Amino acid sequence: MASKLHFSLVSPAKELFSGEVDHVIAPGTEGEFGVLVNHAPFMTTLKNGVVRVLENDTTKMRLFVRGGFADVTPAGLTILAEEAVDLSSVDAAKVDAELEEAKNKLAAEGKEGPHVATLRAQVDYLSDLKSAIVH
Amino acid sequence: MPSLKDLKNRINSVKSTRKITKAMQMVAAAKLKRAQDAAAASRPYAQRMASVVANLAGSMGEGSSGPKLLSGTGSDQTHLVVVLTSERGLAGGFNTYVVKEARRLIAELAGAGKTVKILTVGKKGREQLKRDFSELFVGHLDLSDVKGNDYSEAGIGLGKEITGRFESGEFDVATLVYSQFKNVLSQVPVAQQLIPAQAPENAVTIDLKGATYIYEPSQEEILETLLPRYINTQIISAMLESGAGEQAARMTAMDNATRNAGEMIDDLSMEYNRARQAQITKELIEIISGAEAL
Repeated sequence: MASKLHFSLVSPAKELFSGEVDHVIAPGTEGEFGVLVNHAPFMTTLKNGVVRVLENDTTKMRLFVRGGFADVTPAGLTILAEEAVDLSSVDAAKVDAELEEAKNKLAAEGKEGPHVATLRAQVDYLSDLKSAIVH
Repeated sequence: MPSLKDLKNRINSVKSTRKITKAMQMVAAAKLKRAQDAAAASRPYAQRMASVVANLAGSMGEGSSGPKLLSGTGSDQTHLVVVLTSERGLAGGFNTYVVKEARRLIAELAGAGKTVKILTVGKKGREQLKRDFSELFVGHLDLSDVKGNDYSEAGIGLGKEITGRFESGEFDVATLVYSQFKNVLSQVPVAQQLIPAQAPENAVTIDLKGATYIYEPSQEEILETLLPRYINTQIISAMLESGAGEQAARMTAMDNATRNAGEMIDDLSMEYNRARQAQITKELIEIISGAEAL
């Protein structure tokens, strides 16, 4: 019996991770959940948050996802993220600058602009991403 | 018989045409590389998405109908044909093939007594279809704003437009006609059904070994968020494939044009040299016979 979990994380832009791991913790909309090998079939939507990949109980990799889906099957765990970044490659200063810019844009757009929803989502995403870096 | 000057002018004009086609070929080759990379990068996501949808659809009970995007409206009277072509020409038969496939589909649907509506994406398809089917047009989407290979915004916009029209009951079945990128030398026009959503036949369904899925929140809610995204993903990958195909078709077409221009220059140079030789001979004869007459 396989003792490792096959995990892959893909975003529309690229495949960020694919391989065998021990344990993955992902942010479901109804709460964070962990997946080990031989998990029961499970499907959930995800919220903005950090996906942690654990190897021998130590965090090996932290990835930030912006919404999406997680699909657990006997073949493994697949996360389809709207957008995803490896937190080790994120530049905190750049995120700060982008967040500032998005906030300004949102302020400039006012309350009824056509892009308000998109901009608000962008601001939420960036501030979530920022707090994920701090931890 | 064209004069020497005419021939010289023609040779020069063909030479500058060749320079242009050569440059276009090289630009297309560089863009093709980037477009191919973008298409390849998006493939894992699209494939996974397809197998997730296949899993979900497969585990839907027989009795439960599921959201309309998956099960359809129960009728197939009105069809929306979405035709995806390029924004620019000079790509050989690229757009013509897509339009031909669209025409075939439209004729087939019309022949079966269905109502057909057309939505075009990309300028070239609109120009070609507008002539015959202008009364069937319901909309057009411009792709000229798309920079590089970032089709996500345009794709999501189109997805929204299509699902919006579907929800307001404008049509029952949506089919996307686009050019599939096989390799650099062949792009195959295909018609793909978008709504009701279909999992591709080759999608990998995973054997659950008798277990049933646990859903969080509910299966319906997941499907409701997943399906529009699945449709968007299909549209975006179609756009990427079509973009790569366009560049490949342009590269091949421009390569041919460059070669043809080269042949034409050879022929014209030959003609030019013959004409020049003939004129010299004629002048010599005139001089000699003038001298003899003395």
